[in-house]
Amino acid sequence: MSALLSVRGVSRSFASRHGPPTLALQATDLAVAENDFVTILGPSGCGKSTLLRIVAGLDQPSSGEVLLEGRRITAPGADRGMVFQSYTLFPWLTVRENVCFGLRERGLPGNEQIAIADNFISKVGLRGFEHHFPKQLSGGMQQRTAIARALANGPRILLMDEPFGALDHQTRELMQELLQGIWEAEKKTVLFVTHDIDEAVFMGSRVVVMSARPGRIKLDRPVPIAHPRHYSVKTTPAFSALKAELTEQVRVEVRAAQAAMAP
Amino acid sequence: MKPLTPVAPSARLALGIAFFIIFVAGWSLATFGGYVSKTFLADPATMVRSGWVLLTEQGFGWDIGWTVWRVFGGFVIAAALALPLGVAMGAYKPIEAFFEPFVSFARYLPASAFIPLLILWAGIGEAQKLALIFIGSFFQLVLMIAVIVGNTRRDLVEAAYTLGVGDRSLIRRVLIPGAAPEIAEVLRMVLGWAWTYVIVAELIGASSGIGHMITDSQALLATDQIIFGIIVIGLIGLASDMLFKWVNRRAFPWAQLGR
Repeated sequence: MSALLSVRGVSRSFASRHGPPTLALQATDLAVAENDFVTILGPSGCGKSTLLRIVAGLDQPSSGEVLLEGRRITAPGADRGMVFQSYTLFPWLTVRENVCFGLRERGLPGNEQIAIADNFISKVGLRGFEHHFPKQLSGGMQQRTAIARALANGPRILLMDEPFGALDHQTRELMQELLQGIWEAEKKTVLFVTHDIDEAVFMGSRVVVMSARPGRIKLDRPVPIAHPRHYSVKTTPAFSALKAELTEQVRVEVRAAQAAMAP
Repeated sequence: MKPLTPVAPSARLALGIAFFIIFVAGWSLATFGGYVSKTFLADPATMVRSGWVLLTEQGFGWDIGWTVWRVFGGFVIAAALALPLGVAMGAYKPIEAFFEPFVSFARYLPASAFIPLLILWAGIGEAQKLALIFIGSFFQLVLMIAVIVGNTRRDLVEAAYTLGVGDRSLIRRVLIPGAAPEIAEVLRMVLGWAWTYVIVAELIGASSGIGHMITDSQALLATDQIIFGIIVIGLIGLASDMLFKWVNRRAFPWAQLGR
């Protein structure tokens, strides 16, 4: 079966003021199949967010190409929904208006927009908050709205850039379960960037580990844990074994990154 | 008192009023006490009395109407032209690069110094007054609106793009609504400046308006009337400022959250 998303030889280097350009991402290949949940794990600054932004079309690769259903990506589009680490709800719109944002852009009739939006608002557990402004919501609720906004647009793939990175530990775990449940029900394809090993294993059906800068994919592991997943799987031997292996792999990269930073 | 600790609303009001009372008390002491000659500074009672005469017998209400009309006329023209240009400059960097250096230069040109030229070009009629207010506020508005629009959060712009908006939609649905409350604040501030320009315009070559009354009173050494005129300007300015603030709060409730 051909991949829904294929990243082919994508690299990214940034011009630097002195000397040669800095290479942030080495030529990378990655294929994501339909309904897959791929988590990208790596130390900070390894280029994992850069890779995701290139897939989103928000950044241009220095070489290589990204294909979605065989079509080359050159710019951002509604077929790739994105949830950011920072809170990116439009502060002048209510929860419902935020979720309707992409639907309105497509010119859907108002009542259809509301029907779709309210469906996703209740899926993320925010029924009753339709008329709240983002500033009236907690961080977790804002990210849930952002997920609803991305899903309501019906994207082919959902890109998530450390979406729970700014949340406290307890909220983060609840959000992971919520997203798991939505993914199991909706059968969406997700590409999820994180530096949290627990999160990468619990969320992903496949974990990809990236090396320290300049980033490259050094490890690609399926997660041998069945769905539906309950939070208690975090204490199973299979989970622990994979987590131990990934922890070791990430540690090596963090050390390498720190060594590179040292004068 | 501890730094940055908020004050209760009632205490805040009382303190604000207290200074007005102290101010008037000091003024009364200086004038009624005979420390300052009446020729130079009228006492508060005389000021209020001649203010009443001005309003009831000398048609000062008419002057006030003219002045208010000029401020709003000049300001509305300036705002109507500054808004599209400022938004275009904020959104499109080549447009900004084209206009920004000139506008930055033009905003430092003292508006009042244009009066002789404007009289030459437009006479001493209404066009001259509107033009002065326009020069005084247009360039300031353009620059500030361009900066506000240009400072739109990039992550919101990126989020909008991933939701499928095009460039025109981005301006209409993200850049403008996001910048609107700050633009409204800038309009409020610049309207305050327009008040000083209109009086300057009326001091020189006008046959009506608050500024004209003040120059007339100068010839008669009527300090009571001059002070009354100045206070009226202050009160109208304060009232329009409060009205503007109220409208902004009502128009952009989301911008008030978490302040």
